[in-house]
This record gives sequence, structure tokens and C-alpha cells, in this order.
Amino acid sequence: MTYTPDELMTVAAARLLKNEHVCFVGIGLPSAACNLARLTHAPRLTLIYESGTIGTRPSVLPLSIGDGELCTHALTTVSVPEIFRYWLQGGHISIGFLSGAQVDRFGNLNSTVIGSYRQPNVRLPGAGGAPEIATSCREVFIVMRQTRRAFVPRLDFLTTLGHGAGGDDRSRMGFITKGPTKVITDFCVMEPDAVTKELMVTSLHPGVTMDRVKQETGWDLQFASSVVETPVPTSQELETLRELQERTAAAHAG
Amino acid sequence: MSDLFQSLSEAIALIRDGDVVALEGFTHLIPFAAAHELIRQGRRNLTLVRMTPDLICDQLIGAGCAAKLVFSWGGNPGVGSLHRLRDAVERGWPAPLALEEYTHAALANAYEAGACNLPFAVFRGHRGDLAEVNPKFRTLRCPYTNQELATVPAMRPDVAVIHAQKADADGNVLIEGIIGVQKQVVLASRTAIVTVEERVDAFEELHPNACVLPHWTIDAIAVAPRGAAPSYAHGYYDRDNAYYIEWERLSSDRSTFCQWLDAHVLNRAVPA
Repeated sequence: MTYTPDELMTVAAARLLKNEHVCFVGIGLPSAACNLARLTHAPRLTLIYESGTIGTRPSVLPLSIGDGELCTHALTTVSVPEIFRYWLQGGHISIGFLSGAQVDRFGNLNSTVIGSYRQPNVRLPGAGGAPEIATSCREVFIVMRQTRRAFVPRLDFLTTLGHGAGGDDRSRMGFITKGPTKVITDFCVMEPDAVTKELMVTSLHPGVTMDRVKQETGWDLQFASSVVETPVPTSQELETLRELQERTAAAHAG
Repeated sequence: MSDLFQSLSEAIALIRDGDVVALEGFTHLIPFAAAHELIRQGRRNLTLVRMTPDLICDQLIGAGCAAKLVFSWGGNPGVGSLHRLRDAVERGWPAPLALEEYTHAALANAYEAGACNLPFAVFRGHRGDLAEVNPKFRTLRCPYTNQELATVPAMRPDVAVIHAQKADADGNVLIEGIIGVQKQVVLASRTAIVTVEERVDAFEELHPNACVLPHWTIDAIAVAPRGAAPSYAHGYYDRDNAYYIEWERLSSDRSTFCQWLDAHVLNRAVPA
């Protein structure tokens, strides 16, 4: 089956999730990937949204993190202070799945402003749950469309900590969680170098050249010594994703 | 019947110019009817507090009610920007808007500290630029382990405004579904105003762990059917996602927004 770069990105992101994971889900691209995983290879995957819905199994993708769909299909729903204090800060979440407007070479994210904070060119929504998701979950996956505007040499604002300035910066700040371990884009998969923590390409999507990825990256992008090719989506994955998106579009049209 | 029950206009008249007003409801049970009454009563210089400003704060900001916004995520969920919020921040229309910005964890902790009558909240905080632009983020050393922890001051609004499913004849209030920070904000605030879908004689078959706010925590209740639309009331009506998508068009320029405000808020007869 033919597929779009967005579909491959979502499938590649979904494949990272396992049945035993407890995943704190961001809205948008992460939510699509997490629910695709649950509907394909990881039916026992636990999804948690910051609205307090634990173990939710929505039949359509929610437009917001608090759609009624999430509560109706949850194992249980707790208050917002409880979800952040007991469940997230308490260390019970294995995976945080995030996106952002900008990412840098160490997996730090900006979702606050483009330009200066006091006089922004674009005022973005802000932090939401991301900063504490990124520090409290045992590891973090990031899914983002790759463009030069988004993959920048320097963030306009550091909203959410990845590996800080690289190396052992994150652990020196006292965080024992791993931080970003995978960045999935519509061109490739990146992972941080074991020592420097700089993101490097470990897998290129079929048909994507190194030059093409470099063009869409605002820093001198590094590649692992052996770069593999991302497996193509199966027809079952694509059909499940398309059905989910069709159900979602119909539901949101009202 | 309890004398807590008032008309919507009487209940909202408890709010004064310059008050710190927390309108809560985490995506669910957002008190839109109360906010529209605030706009009709012409309140000014409010400090609005809301984790997710959502369309409700976009409308209050565009209508000129707010001088400051305290928040943690200010977008139209799943759709994009809040254009009235951005116009105020980026271009000062209709008035400049000061921002005091938190993370969800920080603001939820601040409400909880307020409800607990503590001066501040302590939590495992993030590291990032937010602490550079909001000096209310501080740190302290744990007196037992010497770990560095993040703090924010307790959130103690002048007025809490929430929407709930039901009030019984005594004025006890039942909240079901995504309960957000509603209990915390009511207990943290000096004055609490609640709008409800309906008034019932008594709650039936109440689960022993149900989220109920006793009548003595509340100062005024107004019955406002569909008072959370276009957000939703679990068990009554669904979130109007199509409206949230349509808000992108309704709010994107000033004149379209002003026409919407005239037609749907200012000229509408107030329910008795």
C-alpha cells in the first residue's frame, strides 16, 4: 500500500509503544500514534491524558485532552492535581509522548513563543503538562514534522527540558529519568548519542536521503555509524490508522 | 429552598472590577454562561485565572474584561491559537494583557496549596525559561534530604466560578466526569459561584465517593441549562467540537469577533 510521510511517522511512533507501557499522552500527533499502537500491536497499553483519565480507550481521537470520550472510556478518572502529583510526579508513568513547535539538537522543546517573550512574533499556547511530563516520565518520545523552522540551532524559549546543554547536564540537574530517547519525524528517527546526548539519525524513512534530512535541520545534523531504513507500514497499520482518522473526522464535524 | 439560589445576573454581580477571578473546568464544564454574564455586566480590569484559557478567556479578553491572565496552556485545543488572546499579547487589542504563566503541574499545585491553606506549593519542578519570566517560580532545599524542589505561591482567587451538573434543594453541588481542579478552586477562593445544569430535590443513588461540594462551601448558585456549551456537561450534552473548530474563523479578526459578541452575548436577553 502507498502511504504519506505523515502516516509513516505516526506508524513509526506507534511501534515504539509496548503493552507494558504506561504512557502520558500529548494531544495531536502523539495521541494519534498512541491510539494506533493500542489498536494494533499493543492492546494492553495504558494511556493517560492530563485531564485525569487513566487507562482510556477512546474510539475516536479526542480533539482536546479532556473530551468526554476519554472519560467515558477510562478505567478511572481522577482530579488534575491528583494526576500530576500522585501519578506523574509519583513516578508511575513509563513513557511521556510529546510534540512541540521547536526542538534543538539536545531534544529540548519550545511551545511558548517565537521571538522574544515580552514582544513575541507568535504567541504559542505555552507549557501545559509538558515540562513535568518530560522530567517525571521514565523516558520521553517526541514526534514532530521536520522543517528548518522547527529543528532549530537555538530555541527561542526553553519550555521543556530534554538533555539541556548535552552530556550529563540533565543528570547534574538532579533528574534521574532518561529524557528524550527517540525523536520521530516524517523523514527519520533520531536518538541521542550515548555520551554527548546530541540527536543523531539512526533510521531514515524509505526514499529519504541524508541530504534531504540535513536540508530540513537547522544544525549540522549527525548520523549514526550504521543508519538503517525505517520499515514500511503494514497494510493493517495503515487501514487501522485511516479508519481511526475517518471516524475522528466524522465525529468532530458534529 | 436554599437562599443560595439566585438568578445568573445576581450571582455574577458578586464579582467586582479588579477582582482575581478563577473560572475553572478542565476542558469539561467550562462556565461559559457565567462568563457571558460577566461580559454583559461590563466588568473591567479582571485578573483571569484558568489553567487552559480556552474559548472562555478568549471571549472575556476580546470583550475587554481582563487586565491580566494567569494560565498554563493557552490554545484552542486540537485547533490552534486563541486569536483574541494573541491579539491582546502581540498588539495590545482591545487592551494590553499581562501574563503570569505556569505549567499545568505548577498551577494545579498552587490551587491545591490554596485549598489546603498553605502559603505555597512544593513539587518536583521543571527546568526551563519559564522561571526566568515568572519570578513566582522559586526553589527551596528539602530540610530532610537537601534536595532542591520547586515552589509556587498558593493560588487564592477572590472569586471561583465553576459549572456543575446538579445542585440539590439545600445547594449541595454534584460534579461528575472530568473533575479537573473544581474542588480545589472552590476551597481556595474567598467567594464561590456555581452554575448548574439543573436543580433537583435530592441526589439519588449517589456514589459514596462522588465529587460533592457541600452547600456551606458555596456563596451563590444559578441554574444555567447548557451553561457549559460549547464545552460539555458529562451526562447532559457533548463537547461541540465543530464549534471549537469554527471559533478559529469567528475569532481570527476583530470585526468578525465583535459581530459575534454583539449577536451572541451582548444583545441576547438574559434568562430570568
